[in-house]
Amino acid sequence: MSQREVRSIGTAGWGRTLTAAIISLIYFFPVLFIILTAFKSRQDALAWPVKFIFTPTVTNFVSVFYRTTVEGGEAEATGFGLYFFNSLFIGGSSVLLALIIGTSAAYAFSRFPLKGNETYLFMILTTRMMPPIVAIIPIFVLFRIFGLSGTYVGIIALYTAFNLPFSVWMVKSFFDDLDRDIEDAARMDGSSEWKVFRKICLPQVYAGLAATFVFAIILTWNEFVFALLLTGTQTRTVPVQIVRTIGGSMGVDWGLMSALETLFIIPVVLVTFALQNQLLRGVTFGTIRR
Amino acid sequence: MPAPRSARGFLGWLLAPERRGPLLIAPAIATLVIVNIFPLLWSYGLSFFSYNAKKIGVPPRWRGLDNYVDLFTDEDVWGRFQNTAVIVIGSVAVQLVVGFLLALLFAREFPLRRYLLMLVLAPMMLSLSAVGVFFKLFYEPTFGFIPRLVQTFTGEPFVILSTPVKATIAIVFADAWMWSPFVMLLVLAGLVSVPKYLYEAAEIDRASAWRRFRTITFPYIRSLLLLALLFRTIETFKIFDVPYVLTEGGPGTSTETISVYLFRVAFNYFQTGRASALGYIVLFGVIVLTSLYLYAIQSRSSESIE
Repeated sequence: MSQREVRSIGTAGWGRTLTAAIISLIYFFPVLFIILTAFKSRQDALAWPVKFIFTPTVTNFVSVFYRTTVEGGEAEATGFGLYFFNSLFIGGSSVLLALIIGTSAAYAFSRFPLKGNETYLFMILTTRMMPPIVAIIPIFVLFRIFGLSGTYVGIIALYTAFNLPFSVWMVKSFFDDLDRDIEDAARMDGSSEWKVFRKICLPQVYAGLAATFVFAIILTWNEFVFALLLTGTQTRTVPVQIVRTIGGSMGVDWGLMSALETLFIIPVVLVTFALQNQLLRGVTFGTIRR
Repeated sequence: MPAPRSARGFLGWLLAPERRGPLLIAPAIATLVIVNIFPLLWSYGLSFFSYNAKKIGVPPRWRGLDNYVDLFTDEDVWGRFQNTAVIVIGSVAVQLVVGFLLALLFAREFPLRRYLLMLVLAPMMLSLSAVGVFFKLFYEPTFGFIPRLVQTFTGEPFVILSTPVKATIAIVFADAWMWSPFVMLLVLAGLVSVPKYLYEAAEIDRASAWRRFRTITFPYIRSLLLLALLFRTIETFKIFDVPYVLTEGGPGTSTETISVYLFRVAFNYFQTGRASALGYIVLFGVIVLTSLYLYAIQSRSSESIE
């Protein structure tokens, strides 16, 4: 069965397109509104009724990275460059680690079923379903004892474990989907298990691995609770600083907040489009494929 | 078992075919044990003590089951569970209805469907904290979009987060907006799994639309609706980011969900022992729900094989 896109039953014409377009735009309006506001001058941002046609400006995006923090002071770097780097670096390294460890486990769960596998898989999924706030309580204490709070090592280790259950279940679902005939034939011809894995199974799931990677990166990029409690000034990630920014100022700086949110969500929205075919599998941790 | 005689012998023993599975799984299990399981067991121990995570030097004081007894008799805890339940029921119900309707809208192929689908699916991929910030901006009393919109019609200022009921609705609205697409995806998967010949047969029998839906479509989406319900219940039960950012639990404690309350006990009051005990109670609930979810998954896959 084709897995290429979110499938449909039958067809409808442009009439349906019109209805769907109106509803989709209303649904997407909160995102659109923020993106538009990000390009508005201070006056346009506060205008009512909402202006949809205006002269766009990038001032807000500049002030995400450079702005005056005190009245009449000089513009200073806000540190958001570092925070974006942190989000990418911490996300990238932890997802890569989780994917390597996870793929090996996923292959074993899929190809060498053992007694007790169900229990392990359940345990792995439970660690993921666990409320983050429950998991964080002991980890917070242990991180303090071992001096891991605010370090890259600490948060990367934590995110690796955070991404691992997702990687195992996702990648396993891709291995489960493969047609076994080819590898069985290779085994009959005397190929080693390593060769079967490396030359036959792995190449067939490259696309799946890529989807898992991107998905896990999004999850990590979006994560807030762990980052709030376990990162320091040097390792802070974007969502933590966004929440600090809106909580800290007296009045809301609409343009600035919108620009921040826009920079934070645009990558996710774009990547979601590329992932459309794997969304169902991704959001259910590979438990539902069709 | 005889001890391996040489390094090569040991390596040979280790790499024997029957140990392939365990060996490949070992790194994953080890990581989870170190980073997740061990801390959890440790906090299980802590749940019997009085302890402050900020004062690492001060040794924990033994309290036996007192933390648990306190929690079960504490009206605050009961109230936070109620807040959470209201949000879960409200939000999941809205998600199921809106998700279902969106799925019907997108069930057929039409021009530009792929692009419009992206607009609807985007919210669920966003960061929970970002969505919290979104709606904080939308609900902002003086310049926020929704208060201004309402004021245009009523002429009176509209402050959304001022009363418990309105604040709860505000959270449900934000959460349901974010997650209805999730239900839509699952229902869509159910709708397309209905074999076409059934509809063709119904056409010949001139079955009414309602009858077609009840006897053909619904049985195919029933199991997926149940999965959506369970999955969203688990996730919404844990809701933290949105109320934390949006209302900070207020007004009063009317929107303080169990996760937000846990956060306060653990990281504002630093009653680490008590927080660990409450964490275990919450964890127990999640484990039960997760088992139900996996059970539903398994019965669905055995259904489709038959």
